[in-house]
Amino acid sequence: MSHAETPSSLYGLMAEFETATELVHATERARLAGYRKMDAFSPIPIEELSEALDLPRTRLPKLVFMGGLVGGLAGFGLQVWASTTAYPMNIGGRPDLSWPQFIPVTFETTVLGAALSAFIGMWALNKLPQPYHPVFNVPSFARASTDRFFLCIESADPLFDRNGTAAFLKNLHPLGVSEVAP
Amino acid sequence: MAETQHKVQHTGGDAALAALHARTPAVIAPGHSFESVTESISHIVLSKRTPIGWFFGFAIAFALLMLLNVTIAKLLLTGIGIWGNNVPVGWAFDIINFVWWIGIGHAGTLISAILLLFRQQWRTSINRFAEAMTLFAVACAAMFPLLHTGRPWLAVYWLFPYPNTMGLWPQFRSPLIWDVFAVSTYGTVSALFWFTGLVPDMATLRDRAKSRTAKVIFGMLSLGWRGSARHWHRYEMAYLLLAGISTPLVLSVHSVVSFDFAVSVLPGWHATIFPPYFVAGAIYSGFAMVMTLAIPLRKYYQLDGFITMRHIHNMTKVMLVTGMIVAYGYANEAFFAWYAGNTYESAMMWNRMTGDYAFFYWSLIAINAVMIQLFWFRSVRDNIPLLFVLSLLVNVGMWLERFIIIVTSLSHDFLPSSWDLYTPTRWDFAMFAGTIGLFLSLFFLFIRFLPALAIFEMRTITPEAKLKMEHHG
Repeated sequence: MSHAETPSSLYGLMAEFETATELVHATERARLAGYRKMDAFSPIPIEELSEALDLPRTRLPKLVFMGGLVGGLAGFGLQVWASTTAYPMNIGGRPDLSWPQFIPVTFETTVLGAALSAFIGMWALNKLPQPYHPVFNVPSFARASTDRFFLCIESADPLFDRNGTAAFLKNLHPLGVSEVAP
Repeated sequence: MAETQHKVQHTGGDAALAALHARTPAVIAPGHSFESVTESISHIVLSKRTPIGWFFGFAIAFALLMLLNVTIAKLLLTGIGIWGNNVPVGWAFDIINFVWWIGIGHAGTLISAILLLFRQQWRTSINRFAEAMTLFAVACAAMFPLLHTGRPWLAVYWLFPYPNTMGLWPQFRSPLIWDVFAVSTYGTVSALFWFTGLVPDMATLRDRAKSRTAKVIFGMLSLGWRGSARHWHRYEMAYLLLAGISTPLVLSVHSVVSFDFAVSVLPGWHATIFPPYFVAGAIYSGFAMVMTLAIPLRKYYQLDGFITMRHIHNMTKVMLVTGMIVAYGYANEAFFAWYAGNTYESAMMWNRMTGDYAFFYWSLIAINAVMIQLFWFRSVRDNIPLLFVLSLLVNVGMWLERFIIIVTSLSHDFLPSSWDLYTPTRWDFAMFAGTIGLFLSLFFLFIRFLPALAIFEMRTITPEAKLKMEHHG
């Protein structure tokens, strides 16, 4: 977690807010001020926060679609191969490739592929599990999972300045501003 | 989830709407904040004191679980001859209990997935433990067909497609194989959905835990969740996608279970109404089980501020609707037995109504078609002790339904010379009671060690979650 390119030994500066509304406003203001490398933390999902941070659309739906497609093709392919090539069996005179009877399993493997890619894809894109993160160094951050809202501007941001950014954050009327150790 | 909550609310004072709200209890008791919601739910897990009643309940459940162990040991040492299954009734308690448990699981997925897509806010308080119920019910269900093979360790090659040394592959044209895929996919997807929902709550418990052990365990389970907006953004999308995927899945699972019967040519099984009728029955029995679990849970853990009368009313109404669909299924079966003019079909129906198992047939009709009419009355929907009893009876009724479908059709098939009656042995009952023990043991452990209600989702339905875009105080 070393930031060789930044002179300060800080991960960033973190402002604590009491309400979701204040956090959304603060995030909007920080973005307008030109900060880009920042993140907001909240105990509930807040749609407006994604807008305030101008987060791009996630690739997850495409990933899930691909996962479903792969699952379905693999499931159907397996049945076709097993029933026509690997182990053909005459069941009541039906053709080996009796595809309508392969639909239920194909459906299930499609669902399985899609669900697994939604699950694995979401955690992978979020880069979790990640046991250590600098934000946990702020003692009051423990309440981010209960009832407090945080905005962290990272020192990696080009506009970051230890004193200037701290003054900017204080101007947003937070409960407090803390330095985040890397 | 939370989308509707965070939209700026510009509702006018519509008098009719206000009157309606006055009649409908809230989904959460007034006065709750993020802190109070978090504390009330996480307290159950983090508290050092375990209520004495918990030990009492767990002891009973655990004793039944031990009975299951004994039964399985006996079964594996002796063979499935210890059960009452015979020729022609080759499927009996094993498949009855399998269908019963799988059906119960369906309510959990309906609540977590379908009601999420329909933006039914009341699902929030009950989804977590209903999903847990689903997982535990699927675990109980899966045990029966596996043990019915007698030698489960050999069953692998005809259940799962893998390159075995014999060069054999499963018979993909068989509904029984469809069932393997449906149930295993269902179990997997339910587990993923459940775990995804748990992660932010694990982070909450990690941050609130006092003991080092709890911090470490919840810390690992939380995957390092920190509530980042970027994470929530993808998390919400993943949750929605999982709900979308689970919706057709849950409808497919009991349809596939019904194919086990409907695809055969046996009178009483070979019916096109089976898939929808089974799905409705599954949701009906599942909601009964959710009710059976929710009523003691809200009482003993003082959760009635979260699981309010609104939830009780809504669950009763869902049971009424799905129960009526099931009753329609019974009427439809009886009608077609007569209208189709098929001797075997009408003989089957006549045998159900007047034969050796007639008592059970009329009991299930009394419960699933007649008794549920009580749910029309508000006074019944308000009477919690009565609802508890009724929900237990619904579970009994749905179990009897599967008994009747499976046993009467098998015991009286086409040739009178092959007819025979079925009587369960004490091992049949021991195994059924044992799975109830497994289910309840898991549920007791779940209540003690994991948040029984989804904490972060409960926060989203408190007034604090509403954004105030114009600043005033």
